[in-house]
Amino acid sequence: MKAIETKADYQKYVDEKTPNSPIWGNLFKAFIVGGAICLMGQFIMDYLTTGVGLDKDTASSVTSITLVFIGIFLTAINVYNRIGKFAGAGSIVPITGFANSIASPAIEFKSEGLVLGVGAKLFQVAGPVLVYGISTSIAVGLIYYLLK
Amino acid sequence: METKKLGKQSVKLVNPPSIAATYSIVGPKEGEGPLGKYFDAILDDEYWGESTWEKAETKMVKECIGNCIAKVQLSNSDIDYLLAGDLINQCTPSCFGSRETSIPFFGLFGACSTFTESLSLGSMLIDGGYATNVVCATSSHFCSAEKQFRFPLELGNQRPPSAQWTVMGTGSAMLTKNGDGPYITCLTTGKIVDMGIKDANNMGAAMAPAAVDTMYMHFKDTGRSSNYYDLILTGDLGYIGKEITTELMETRGYNIKNNYNDCGVLIFDKEKQDTHSGGSGCGCCASTFCGYIFNQMQAKKLKRVLLIATGALMSPTTAQQKESICGIAHAVSIESNL
Amino acid sequence: MDIMKYVWCFVIGGAICVVGQILIDKTKLTSARILVLFVTVGVILTGLGLYQPLVDLAGSGATVPLTGFGYSLGKGVMKEVDEVGLLGVFTGGIKATAGGVAAAILFGFLAALIAKPKMKKQ
Repeated sequence: MKAIETKADYQKYVDEKTPNSPIWGNLFKAFIVGGAICLMGQFIMDYLTTGVGLDKDTASSVTSITLVFIGIFLTAINVYNRIGKFAGAGSIVPITGFANSIASPAIEFKSEGLVLGVGAKLFQVAGPVLVYGISTSIAVGLIYYLLK
Repeated sequence: METKKLGKQSVKLVNPPSIAATYSIVGPKEGEGPLGKYFDAILDDEYWGESTWEKAETKMVKECIGNCIAKVQLSNSDIDYLLAGDLINQCTPSCFGSRETSIPFFGLFGACSTFTESLSLGSMLIDGGYATNVVCATSSHFCSAEKQFRFPLELGNQRPPSAQWTVMGTGSAMLTKNGDGPYITCLTTGKIVDMGIKDANNMGAAMAPAAVDTMYMHFKDTGRSSNYYDLILTGDLGYIGKEITTELMETRGYNIKNNYNDCGVLIFDKEKQDTHSGGSGCGCCASTFCGYIFNQMQAKKLKRVLLIATGALMSPTTAQQKESICGIAHAVSIESNL
Repeated sequence: MDIMKYVWCFVIGGAICVVGQILIDKTKLTSARILVLFVTVGVILTGLGLYQPLVDLAGSGATVPLTGFGYSLGKGVMKEVDEVGLLGVFTGGIKATAGGVAAAILFGFLAALIAKPKMKKQ
């Protein structure tokens, strides 16, 4: 092996030395778990529309609330991180993962108090999601209004 | 005046201090690892009866220092200096763990290189005639480190294969002027080496060039060959960093394949414990040395050890500002006989 | 019962997660960035009229992933603009997603009061 002199050479060498994530296995696990969470959402939705007789928009909101509850409940009993270790994006991308990203820092920073610990850290990930989601929706709404 | 300096970065101690005793405390996962039987105390959980991880780490520092001093039947008033450090902001576990000791205190930060940083400075204090007994202590805690540097424990994310597992552990060593070994004979103080690595999930690669630089300067300054040592041991480079260090030393003309290892590789069982690239953290080198290596030196199974703790100097802020990671490594030569 | 509805739900939902996984493994994006990206993309695709067909086909397979949260924001804002005009630009998105967001805040808060963080076993 030749001596490494520059940072660029070293980065290249390190990239060769660093093992990649087992991508195919990860993709498969993300697909299965992500699909399963969506299917669970569909079952809840179907039950609410055909079983309970809610209209579609209400059922959709109740489904979201239910999935959020499940995600946060599994976070609180120290289970969601284990699902996440297995499924990766399969349990990050669904709304249950959003719920997990809200509850996990709030639980972790409880030791720093109810206001700046729990209250502030609740939005550690949810904050950026809402900032960009809502801002984009306003931009989309404005363009839609102007084009109408 | 007689100079004690050797070459550019090294020091030969004229009055080499002895390591009179060590004490180590580790968490449950480290206790289940391959070195489990060598640690002085293994905790049952990550809280140790405290309400937060930071308080648990503080307690680990406090108990480790106290038990180390008690091992040699001394009391706190016999200790001239306490040198301690850890990974948490403003080194609070070390400061708070030391607040009831009434021992003159220096708080150190060298990231995970702090253990040999403290041994280096402690040895110089004794050799210089400023101290008779010095306690050096270093700690890290998986949960408090994850909380500060990475993600909440309950967050459902994945760790890449290059990630390392921060050791929950603390180690302290008592250095004394008039002992009968093992002796600290030479020190090589590292300079900061930054090869531009930015990936906080690949600390081994970020720190390896610093380890190589310090090791190379040690051999050059002291005129020793790599075969002089029974064991060359880096602090927490893990599997990837160990491989890089071995290969980079080879390009500089040193073959260390047979007598080189890394604490991060030794402390966990990679397959059974799912620790990816190995252990890391201040406590990795400290507990491995104070538990396992010191035991082997006392049993004369190891006579000459070059301990090189390695540190990644960075903070969550520098990482967010896309700065690269600075590496540092300090070498301490420990020998059974003079 | 239409079995194909469930098949598409599973396949599309899984496929959206696979896109996230590729981003995580190949670009080292953190989960926070993935979530922000998916919401934003969901809003934009909805605005362009490209997401509605996916929802028609896959149902929850398209609404449960965070792109679906973006879909609710986008669909809500356009509906509100239709009904109340300019003010709807500001009220539509949050109105449509209020249930999920309020639930997440409340349940997250309660969870923090009750739960204690524990070390991962592996």
